[in-house]
Amino acid sequence: MILYDYILSASCYQVRLMAALLGQPLTTRAVNFHPAKEHKSPEMLKLNPKGTLPVLQDGDLVLTESAEILRYLTRDTPDWRGQDEVWLSFAAALNGSIGTARLHDILSYDADIDAVRRAGVQHLRQLEAHLVEQRFDGMIFLTGHTPTIADIACFPTTALAPDGGVSLDVYPSIRLWMRAIRSLPGFIEMPGIHRLHELEAAP
Amino acid sequence: MREAVDDHWYPVGLLSGLEDTRKTLLLGREIAVGRNGAGVFVRDAAGRALPTVARFGHLWTSPGQPTRDLFTIPEADTPGRQLVDVGSVRVKCSPLRAVENFLDIAHFPFVHTDILGAEPHTEVERYQVDIREEVDEVWATEVKFFQPQAARSAEGGIKTEYMYRVPAPTCAVLYKTCPPRPGEWDVITLFVQPLTEEWCEVWPWMALYDDQSTMAEMVSFQQMIFMQDRSILENQIPRKLPLDPGMEVPTQADMTSVAYRRWLKRIGYTYGAQLVAA
Ligand SMILES: N[C@@H](CCC(=O)N[C@@H](CS)C(=O)NCC(=O)O)C(=O)O
Ligand SMILES: [Fe+2]
Repeated sequence: MILYDYILSASCYQVRLMAALLGQPLTTRAVNFHPAKEHKSPEMLKLNPKGTLPVLQDGDLVLTESAEILRYLTRDTPDWRGQDEVWLSFAAALNGSIGTARLHDILSYDADIDAVRRAGVQHLRQLEAHLVEQRFDGMIFLTGHTPTIADIACFPTTALAPDGGVSLDVYPSIRLWMRAIRSLPGFIEMPGIHRLHELEAAP
Repeated sequence: MREAVDDHWYPVGLLSGLEDTRKTLLLGREIAVGRNGAGVFVRDAAGRALPTVARFGHLWTSPGQPTRDLFTIPEADTPGRQLVDVGSVRVKCSPLRAVENFLDIAHFPFVHTDILGAEPHTEVERYQVDIREEVDEVWATEVKFFQPQAARSAEGGIKTEYMYRVPAPTCAVLYKTCPPRPGEWDVITLFVQPLTEEWCEVWPWMALYDDQSTMAEMVSFQQMIFMQDRSILENQIPRKLPLDPGMEVPTQADMTSVAYRRWLKRIGYTYGAQLVAA
């Protein structure tokens, strides 16, 4: 299984993280997304005419949407599936708001930065409100007591909100949820999303 | 006569990435950077053409009257190196903070954990720091540090030796021992474009001996490293770099930073600096 990958992409990280949590071997192939725009190169466009990353190739199968890829990776692990559909679309919306703010702030992408940040804050409030309800019902994850692809789809963009100038300080339930994901066995980092070592006992 | 802030050279784009016209900021003023039939150009807001130099894969300009040529890096010219355009990352911090962080080896185990440093190997041994008057540069040499994965091509931990060089107020060059070629130095630079005093565009560039990694792998390795620094840089207080001693307590590892700040003060480079204790 080959992932055409970009290290700073939150969407590619969804795939890397999911495979790591499942213990599935994944070969990553680095694509020079920035600055060379290699995802728009003729070879990459042949694989994915949309010119986006991630792209997952497994034999003859080529998948070009992170949500599809998460479903594919968990096709034999029903524990990782729940009432996910609405959250997979929510993840796409987060990517449009907070994800765009991040690309604007880091890589100088064009965006109406105030508008996307405002939309991002609305999305975070929705997420916080839902996670509060979950906690009242004794659940820490988006759809239940255990994580599903819903969590893995929404976590990266949310956790990287500060990269786009959107603070997470005011969302205690989101912060607890992120901590729960970061403590899962097999968790891996990406730039901007750290492992939990700061939780270890202070001297 | 020392150069004023305006008289230095600044990076404003990748030669490989210049398309029509890009509007950007330099020292708080709008400029346009691009390529047309006649070649590359930089213009100020009044449409005046600014001087340009093409070097190290980047286009450089100066809004003032540069009295010296842009510095050179002779080591990067030796044949067989991969010249890596890493691309820019924008950071909300003083351009001088970005350079200072690059010079600080003590943060490796904490910020680049298990890559450029690892606990418990956090010790920085004594090394040599000079302000070289004849070339007007800051140099740190004989810097030795244990690294778990010193470069994309490195396997396993090694003790790496570094030299750091500040050839211009917003540029830093580091030379590090090169795992596949003992006796040669890999060259890794940080070229900083000051957008404003508290906002910059950082253009890392590298000239490496590495025949195992693809270009995309080398780019992504360096972007990963720099993004680990970015969140630290955006949270530093005060935002501007204090040039007066006494505000932060220096340790052995900070000797380069102390020399850098002293040198900035000596040459009167105050853009992005804080001169009076806050
Ligand atoms: N990691 C790169 C260089 C890393 C780099 O440029 N990072 C700055 C960030 S602070 C630094 O000082 N790096 C020292 C180093 O390269 O080891 C390499 O070793 O190939
Ligand atoms: Fe660093």
